[in-house]
Amino acid sequence: MSGVVAVIDYGMGNLHSVASALAHAGADEVLVTHDAELIHKADRVVFPGVGAIRDCMAEIRRLRCDQLLADALADRHKPVLAICVGMQALMSHSQENGGVPCLDIIPGEVRYFGNPLVDADGARLKVPHMGWNEVRQVRAHPLWQGIPDMTRFYFVHSYYVDAVDRGLVAGSVQYGVSADAALARDNLFAVQFHPEKSHTAGLRLLRNFLEWNGQC
Amino acid sequence: MGLAKRIIPCLDVENGRVVKGVNFVDIRDAGDPVEIAIRYNEQGADEITFLDITASHEGRDTTVHTVEKIAEEVFIPLTVGGGIRSLQDIRTMLNAGADKVSINTAAIHNPELVREAAGRFGSQCIVVAIDAKRVADVDGRPRWEIFTHGGRKPTGIDAVAWAVRMAELGAGEILLTSMDRDGTKNGFELGVTRAITDAVEIPVIASGGVGNLDHLVDGILLGGADAVLAASIFHFGEFTVPEAKAYMAARGIEVRLQVT
Repeated sequence: MSGVVAVIDYGMGNLHSVASALAHAGADEVLVTHDAELIHKADRVVFPGVGAIRDCMAEIRRLRCDQLLADALADRHKPVLAICVGMQALMSHSQENGGVPCLDIIPGEVRYFGNPLVDADGARLKVPHMGWNEVRQVRAHPLWQGIPDMTRFYFVHSYYVDAVDRGLVAGSVQYGVSADAALARDNLFAVQFHPEKSHTAGLRLLRNFLEWNGQC
Repeated sequence: MGLAKRIIPCLDVENGRVVKGVNFVDIRDAGDPVEIAIRYNEQGADEITFLDITASHEGRDTTVHTVEKIAEEVFIPLTVGGGIRSLQDIRTMLNAGADKVSINTAAIHNPELVREAAGRFGSQCIVVAIDAKRVADVDGRPRWEIFTHGGRKPTGIDAVAWAVRMAELGAGEILLTSMDRDGTKNGFELGVTRAITDAVEIPVIASGGVGNLDHLVDGILLGGADAVLAASIFHFGEFTVPEAKAYMAARGIEVRLQVT
């Protein structure tokens, strides 16, 4: 039983895809909300995000979603999944929009992919990093269960996460640089890719999240 | 190994029905965009593009409803284009479940729309569609111009310069259609594909003219495209998405092979 899943809505874009993918993956009930009471009572929390980091951070703070997230993370029995800009917002600072302080829940920087960006053979790489890339499962985690190492997930981003504590890295992706594709700490799992847009593998990861007890 | 080149089936939809239909052997309703999108999703398409050619306002409400239904069933990226003229149109489609919108004529009339849309919704969901046609060479070098109205109306705008400008304004991706090749099955216009992929940092989707699997390969290897879009070769059952991917993979192109 997944119980109630709260998708934190801080007004930045469409959360329909995340909500319908969670429902498809077997969630008992999905709430898209920024209501403190509902998020507090939810069994699981999803922290999504799309768009530019400065606007996201402004809305996260204005709607006090930073406190809601901190409360959820403090409850070690409540699994939390951060997606894309939601993951980037957890870091200390982002280079996007001329430099934006973030939540500093996980120490680390969100860096620009660089221009020009080239692969190991010197071939030019486009930015944004858009499409299906292979995720190396750097360490075992309940959310990787049933998903083979190097499975492709759908990415779309121009900035990437570089966590200070490399022990938190659960998945990495190569795109000119080695970028953190997944971070895990206690009851938190954060992914740069979009599980809700990653077909079978993405739905499996969401199902794993719905079955996860928050321990690892 | 790294980022895969994408294969994108495209559905032309009018008043909620796929124009010309499709010819899958086991499909119940060949005109239902939801059923067709589900089928391409199952085949391992990397994205789906939905081009709305509905003229009437009432018909566009049907489109929104169709996008909502596809988004409930299909968990790969969905791009919606056709008739996107304002920030409100973009918001409506994103709220319906589209992941990206494709802006074409409206960007020509008002390039600032691209900047405003990228600022509001993020570059990742703003695709600029370019319909290019070869015109008289300049100093012995080929030149392509932007055309509107299905390739009938010239704008005088240089296609390569336009792509660069759209990227500067915040477009996240270019959907490039050769109006010389669209519907011909003679393959992509590789000259303009190469010129634009070399000129911009953002990904380019090649479109227009695919008649066989070698055309897809050429679009990637010779045109330098990041993704290839095709309609009829998939709709009429000539090739499936897995066949196209296997063919491309055998020629050294990195593709996402189906994981089930």
